[in-house]
Amino acid sequence: MGRVVVTDVASSDAPQLLVELRGVGKSFGGLPVLSNIDLRLQPGSVHALVGENGAGKSTLSKIIAGLYTADSGVIVVNGEEVSFSSPREALDRGIATIAQELALVPALTVAENVFLGREPRTLGWVSRRKLRKEFTRLAERTGFTFNPDAQVGSLRTADQQKVEILRALARGASLIIMDEPTAALSAHDTELLHGVVRQLAATGHTVLLISHYLREVIELCDTVTILRDGQLIRTAPTADETEASLIEGMLGRSLGSVFPPKAPAPTDGDDVLTVTDLVGPGVNGVSLSLRPGEIVGLAGLVGAGRSEIAHAIYGAVRRSGGSVAVGGVECGPSITGALRSGIFLIPESRKEQGLVLGRPIRQNVTLSNLNEVAIGGWVNPNRERRAARGMLERVTVAGDDRRNVSALSGGNQQKVLFARALQRTRKVLIADEPTRGVDVGSRRAIYDLIAEQAAQGIGVLVISSDVEEVLGLAHRILVIRAGRVVAELSGDQMTEENVITAAFADPITVGPTPAGPTTAGPITTESY
Amino acid sequence: MTNESTLAAPNLLRRIPWRSVAIVVPFLAVLIALSISSPAFLTFQNVGNVLDRQAGILIVAAASTLVLIAGGIDLSIGATYMFTAVICGTVIVKVGGAEGAALGILAGVLAGLIVGIANGLIITYLKINPLIATLAMSFIILGATKLVSQFGKQGVGQIRVDVDEFRWLATTKPLGISLPTWIAFVILVILGIVLWRTTFGRYVYAAGGNAEAARLAGIRVNLVRISTFALAGLAAGIAGVIDLARTPSVPENDAIATTLTFTVLAGIVVGGTSILGGEGAIWRTVLGILFIAMLYNGFTLLRVDPLFQGIALGVIILVAVGFDAWSKYRRT
Repeated sequence: MGRVVVTDVASSDAPQLLVELRGVGKSFGGLPVLSNIDLRLQPGSVHALVGENGAGKSTLSKIIAGLYTADSGVIVVNGEEVSFSSPREALDRGIATIAQELALVPALTVAENVFLGREPRTLGWVSRRKLRKEFTRLAERTGFTFNPDAQVGSLRTADQQKVEILRALARGASLIIMDEPTAALSAHDTELLHGVVRQLAATGHTVLLISHYLREVIELCDTVTILRDGQLIRTAPTADETEASLIEGMLGRSLGSVFPPKAPAPTDGDDVLTVTDLVGPGVNGVSLSLRPGEIVGLAGLVGAGRSEIAHAIYGAVRRSGGSVAVGGVECGPSITGALRSGIFLIPESRKEQGLVLGRPIRQNVTLSNLNEVAIGGWVNPNRERRAARGMLERVTVAGDDRRNVSALSGGNQQKVLFARALQRTRKVLIADEPTRGVDVGSRRAIYDLIAEQAAQGIGVLVISSDVEEVLGLAHRILVIRAGRVVAELSGDQMTEENVITAAFADPITVGPTPAGPTTAGPITTESY
Repeated sequence: MTNESTLAAPNLLRRIPWRSVAIVVPFLAVLIALSISSPAFLTFQNVGNVLDRQAGILIVAAASTLVLIAGGIDLSIGATYMFTAVICGTVIVKVGGAEGAALGILAGVLAGLIVGIANGLIITYLKINPLIATLAMSFIILGATKLVSQFGKQGVGQIRVDVDEFRWLATTKPLGISLPTWIAFVILVILGIVLWRTTFGRYVYAAGGNAEAARLAGIRVNLVRISTFALAGLAAGIAGVIDLARTPSVPENDAIATTLTFTVLAGIVVGGTSILGGEGAIWRTVLGILFIAMLYNGFTLLRVDPLFQGIALGVIILVAVGFDAWSKYRRT
């Protein structure tokens, strides 16, 4: 759609900005990270940048944004050669970046954030009236609807991103670089943000989008550039590409299937995990069970209570009711109790909850199980090295494991957490968003690890906002809403439509008997 | 983020241990400069004196390093140090003799441990920010110190502990090196090894590096934190007792407590242990404390006006912290 409106957009007041890169190269410490990149960012289009982690996407976007300076080649803006030595200079030429971590002041209002540092003043006093007027003008230009007086901290992430975009526009940006903008968003918010991106393109702005979600790239973008190992593989209209062709371009080979073949769902064997009427913060009476070798997916919207259920099972939060049993034996309401029973949680956010980023990879692997490589409180370095190496080999993380874990890519960091999980034989593995921010190549490796664990008779609970992922991995899907299991899907009932319907169905009625999804269809509702 | 830079940049940049260079180079530079400019500096006598005087502070600083690495901070160590000295002195005065000396030492050290555990419990279970909690505690302890001391001296003047059985602690010199220096050495080595080689040490780093990750990995973060505060209190107790034996009159000046706390923190930070937790080492703290001591000693030997000492120390702290921030910036 973007391309079509470009011509009549010239009349709108959005400045047109044609950014070109010619022969751009960059090395870090002698290692080339980018070489000879030619890129043309057409005004009024959405341009995607795809590639595996380490392919050079972020470096390229940072060169355009003025964070890095290219070693070779030139950047040309509207036919004029430029050289940015800071993001500020890039912004002055109309180039802005919306970072993954938003830089907003939560306590200030939307309008105050948008005009932060450039508030309209009268004699040094911020004029609230003028502020609001300017905000309305800006919002109208972009077609965003917003309450300028809402506190930014109270907004959902997608709206905060919109505020950030408005701020960039207020500073005269017409090329907006977005690095994984939807990685932390729910399906609904992702849709909202896609709308915003389309709107930006329709008003003559250019959007450079870095994304791991190939479907998003194909649906949203006009043009896609594939990078591999710092080389530009090709730039093509997305209409000519498919997910498979993109993956092939990124990997230099075809990936085969995204998901490992599903083992038949185990039908025999006593339940390995039995959760009965679990109540805790954000968990309102959840009962579920897991057979050995079974992969069960927890689907639902962000904030539905999936991670909360995982934390309650793992004993990471105080339970106020219900019980958790592993192999029929009740397990204590603490993390140590859960670990002893054989439950392990790979948490949702590997940076905040999973890894100690400033410590070596090796120590991160052994952290949960240090006593196995220690005698009487003394860590045995040889034993630790062997244990960590063995595990890292199994999860295919290569390289020196004395490096800090922060040196690894997102996918490899996630594998380090799996290595930690594998260090001891578990009975139940809970993986919360195991592939968030993980590149395509590592994603398959992580799926393989999950399938392998199940094949060994471990019960696996996979939580994911990516419905496809849940469908591709799980034998059975539990849809969560408002801290409850609202639907259980298995076999033929496991379709994207059914999952989404159950996840989005009626706003939950507060009370002991929540209404099930209205579309009865193939969905079986749990009774309470 | 920074996918590429983390893959390529580290090979060269990360190999340079900026944080180590930060303390080692200036330490050696000042050491060499002082050795050349003042012949009295690098003598057995002078070095022995400096180490003897720094023994107490080194012990406190080493334990405080653990607190900082685990993500806490203890501003009450100076007050605890004074408190334990007063308790020790009072017991010695009241009981007297060898018995009194033994009981005094025990009471002083135990008092330190108890204060440390109390700090830890307040911070973890009442969830009070360690900076505020230990600041408040230091006022409470200083008040308690005065109470005990009034009871100890019964009238005017200072508590003096001229008991040979007690002063023996500071006057003995095995192999020509003072006993306090030996004690400090042993404690530093033990704490260094604990941090480097034990599971507890690992947990200390993990608790400070990422408390939530450590908790979800099954580490009892609260217990780890309490232990570090307990160790800091214990160390302050030992240091208080040792310095009392050296002096041998009980210090009764709040400024002594404050100065000790700040010097300890300054030494730790100058050594390169992160104030944010998760990083650091005992040897860094030792170099940091000795660096400051060496500077002061050098100023004295070179007859520089003492008022410049404070200014120089302030500048050095700023440079050290600035360098630390810069080296972190380089790594991202």
